[in-house]
Amino acid sequence: MTALLKAGRVSADTFTTVGADDELPAGDIIVSLERWRAEREALQQRPGKLGVRLKSDEPPAMIADDLDILAVVAVEFPVFRDGRGYSHARLLREQYGFRGEVRAVGEVLLEQLHFMVRAGFDAFEIDSDDPERDFAVAAGEFSVWYQPAADERPSALELRLRS
Amino acid sequence: MYRYDEFDERLVAERVEQFRRQVGRRLRGELSEDQFKPLRLMNGLYMQLHAYMLRVNVPYGTLSSRQMRAFAQIARKYDRGFGHFTTRQNIQYNWIKLEETPDILAALAEVEVTAIQSSGNCVRNITADQYAGRAKDELADPRVYCELLRQYSFLHPEFSYLPRKFKIAVTGSPHDRAAVALHDIGLRMHLNAAGQPGFEVLVGGGQGRTPFIAHTIRDWLEPADLLSYVEAILRIYNLHGRRDNIHKARIKIIVNQMGIDRYRELVDAEWERIRDSRLKVPQAEIDRIDAYFAPPDYESLPDASVELDALQTNNPQFARWYASNVIEHKVPGYSIVNLSLKPPGRPPGDLDADRMEAVADLADRYSFGEIRVTHRQNLVLTDVRQSDLFEVWEALVRLDLATPNIGKLTDIICCPGLDYCSLANARSIPVAEDLSRHFLDVDKLAVVGDLTLNISGCMNACGHHHVGNIGILGVDKRGQEYFQLTLGGSSDESASLGDRLGRALPQADVPAAIDAIVETYLAVREDGERFLDTYRRVGIDPFKQAVYGHAAVRAVA
Repeated sequence: MTALLKAGRVSADTFTTVGADDELPAGDIIVSLERWRAEREALQQRPGKLGVRLKSDEPPAMIADDLDILAVVAVEFPVFRDGRGYSHARLLREQYGFRGEVRAVGEVLLEQLHFMVRAGFDAFEIDSDDPERDFAVAAGEFSVWYQPAADERPSALELRLRS
Repeated sequence: MYRYDEFDERLVAERVEQFRRQVGRRLRGELSEDQFKPLRLMNGLYMQLHAYMLRVNVPYGTLSSRQMRAFAQIARKYDRGFGHFTTRQNIQYNWIKLEETPDILAALAEVEVTAIQSSGNCVRNITADQYAGRAKDELADPRVYCELLRQYSFLHPEFSYLPRKFKIAVTGSPHDRAAVALHDIGLRMHLNAAGQPGFEVLVGGGQGRTPFIAHTIRDWLEPADLLSYVEAILRIYNLHGRRDNIHKARIKIIVNQMGIDRYRELVDAEWERIRDSRLKVPQAEIDRIDAYFAPPDYESLPDASVELDALQTNNPQFARWYASNVIEHKVPGYSIVNLSLKPPGRPPGDLDADRMEAVADLADRYSFGEIRVTHRQNLVLTDVRQSDLFEVWEALVRLDLATPNIGKLTDIICCPGLDYCSLANARSIPVAEDLSRHFLDVDKLAVVGDLTLNISGCMNACGHHHVGNIGILGVDKRGQEYFQLTLGGSSDESASLGDRLGRALPQADVPAAIDAIVETYLAVREDGERFLDTYRRVGIDPFKQAVYGHAAVRAVA
């Protein structure tokens, strides 16, 4: 089953992901970039928080001006080996300073979680029978990192300079 | 040599345990083969025709005797008693069991060796001039920057699922022995007016079915900016590289589609944003790593050339070997010694476990325990006293590692081909073996001089046929193996791609065709010309005529 994990815990998803032709439900919603562009004004009038789902060929530059009104950016992995989402997450955090939720959606494998955490994702839709245990194992596989990324973890190089 | 500190050690150990869990998940069926494939590839494990192949990194081709002994033990315990040195200065084992792989990786970690990212769509083993730190013509030592890049690229959170593989090579010498113009990123070191090193950065080179020589994207890059600039190149590639077609996914395709100027604009804009970030390399870290590459304790030795001259006069075989396989060292009284892994009739680059141990012993006794792997699939002892050369030569003769053919016609680069590889169209190893038996006369090899001959078993070009002075490409013609010749390729500082000579030949005709090419060269060369110089002067026609005859030249022209 698919679960939404935040900070390592299964979390109730208050957002409804809305399809292209779906009627808008009440509450928080995540819409496609296409729908966001077409219905931006109307979407902002309704109560509830907003999120946009970016496909892997839709870089965050396309919503750069909208980020302060978005609560969630869902970054899609159409297939696990399409790695553009990692750059999209880092750009959201590091170039655009986005502080809201960056959610990994699509084919999100346990094996990729430690990379995603470092790239700036803080919410994950994963398939698992025991998501919290699996997340703890996958995200805790490494205790040392060679390079700086979107998280605050010091690199090995930085730790060497401190000692 | 670089030694792991607590951080390197911990990261590699954690990686081994991670892979152990992943193998467990695969064996229990929790991961599909499709999902497991990139994970095993990023740990060096390929599926070949008959078994798994494990490719183990030799970072920038530098190896200790201790590591070589570990390679020998793994060859005996987990494989069939031999290994194969590759064009990325790595070693491959061809007969590996999946369930034993985590134990092999743990054994390698004990001697500070990994298989991390030796395959997969990520940054591969960083390669360098095999004579780094030793070559007389060297401007600056590339190894410290190779090690920085190794660490930077290992388990990179953003660049582990690139559109395709990514290869980086560095040379610190004007004579390019690292083929940097045939890499996704090539770094050529120069000195500024103050004598400080920096990099000319090349991008978009590569071989495969669509070969390109790299473009210079930046004339000068300060070492402190190396990681931020490489990150900018990688990010633009990750975002813009093609993912719709595996054969068009390398950076060379996107660079040449959008043009180097546009690519440079994108990289520069990104670099501007990140160059003063945490990626800035502190001088303290450069110094820390550099200390590991301090020169060994050289003795102050007299130049032994008089004694060497006498030995050569008295022993023509030693003289032949000395002229071909020994390279000038930057420290007086020392030499760089190449060990040829290309004796007649053996697969290029293969070495059995007994010889691996013997090489390790020689390194300990004569060369400060250090060994290098070359991208032409040979080995190097970096620091042999000139006064020991004769003894070392005698030992190498006994080991059959003294064939005097380094840089010569039978110093063949060859891919594993259809004997092992599931992509190949043709068996490349038997062609190499045929040629090495056909050109047995070492005096003739010396007369022919510097000439590179590279063989690939398919258009993926793992045997570097595009950049061989003579290239041989295996093709499939209606189920038969044929071989297509190219001439004029080069991977050095004057890099060029070979030109197609004519129709493909059956295997049996290849040695005679090479004969005809060599004889034509000898007939038309001018004083001091290498094969490549002659080819560039006279063009392809005389060689076409020699191989196919006049009528055939008209037919293929």
